[in-house]
Amino acid sequence: MTRTTSKGVISAAMLSVLASTAGAEIGDKLVVNGDLELTVEAPAPAFMADTGIKTIYSGWLFRDPDTQKIEMDDFDNPGMLYVDQGAEMWNTPAGTSNKSCADCHGDATETMAGVRATYPKWNEAAGVVRSLQGQIEFCRTEHQGAEPWKYAKAEINAMEAFISMQSRGMPVNVAIDGPAQSTWEQGREIYYTRYGQLELSCANCHEQNYDHYIRSDHLSQGQINGFPVYRLKDTQLTTASGRFVGCVRDTRAETFKADSAEFTALELYVASRGNGLSVEGVSVRH
Amino acid sequence: MDNVTPRVRVPKTASAGEAILIKTLISHPMESGQRKDSDGNIIPREIINRFTCDFNGQNVVDVKMEPAISTNPYLEFQATVPESGTFTFTWYDDDGSVYTDTKDIAVG
Repeated sequence: MTRTTSKGVISAAMLSVLASTAGAEIGDKLVVNGDLELTVEAPAPAFMADTGIKTIYSGWLFRDPDTQKIEMDDFDNPGMLYVDQGAEMWNTPAGTSNKSCADCHGDATETMAGVRATYPKWNEAAGVVRSLQGQIEFCRTEHQGAEPWKYAKAEINAMEAFISMQSRGMPVNVAIDGPAQSTWEQGREIYYTRYGQLELSCANCHEQNYDHYIRSDHLSQGQINGFPVYRLKDTQLTTASGRFVGCVRDTRAETFKADSAEFTALELYVASRGNGLSVEGVSVRH
Repeated sequence: MDNVTPRVRVPKTASAGEAILIKTLISHPMESGQRKDSDGNIIPREIINRFTCDFNGQNVVDVKMEPAISTNPYLEFQATVPESGTFTFTWYDDDGSVYTDTKDIAVG
């Protein structure tokens, strides 16, 4: 549809009007390859009761029909190029162990199914919450004995894309209680903290003003269920932590590093705001 | 150039004389030769400068490509298929690399 109406008041009748007046509209349904429907709209998690947001929306709904359409076909989606690269790396031995991911984890379509949906996640052995990239990096340095890839760089993004694809269509379901709770609270703190010379918090745009325009940009709820995302303007993959760096930088602040504990906490918190939306594998945004 | 992955989509079957839709995508930076690196030096041009598609040895399209074409070039075109056969796709890189892919189609 591209959400251009005011928030929360879209009735079925209005939708049909929109659909009949705009021929190029894709609509509300994200169906990939004609057969896999992804959940792009869901009831907000209980903890969001005091935010004023009752329904959570995938960022896909806020994009132009042309951009939406690219994600609806895996051939048209350039992010799939990186999924293919990730698949190749999955089977390529690396490091002093000369082991590939597949040597331990086997067939990713089985062992990695659902993994992306639950990250960032508490790691008992390490005693910290780890993002998916953090876990990939740990495996790479500790188990494979290889050089770290570095966060938010091409190789690790491709691997994350490949792993993420194995959970496509599954609902995001990160744990926010138990041992992860204090990290989640830290993330919430960061979400509501104003940064930079512009003194903007995540909430200023993505909670209080989603579906409005900030200059020419249509503000989404800042959901990260679609990450990693192929951004048309960057012609490459962007991860959630990479996007956080960009967002905080745009407030004219010194940002946390992509692999910082702060952004891992924020990633957990933002991910939890999308609990119930589908993992989109590799999404396409402008 | 390493890490270049071509992808092609061609229907598996068609009827004789039918116009089919072919989609191609290749991962490539398409460095324009206009940009500078962080030290102010020009990053040398490296693009795919030509793309061809042949069917059973007969040329279907032959495209000359220029630096303004963006990263990961996507090309889509139609072809009529008179008989069963093989499409051959070829991309030519500035550095001399040639990337190819083939797809069979059955006409029944």
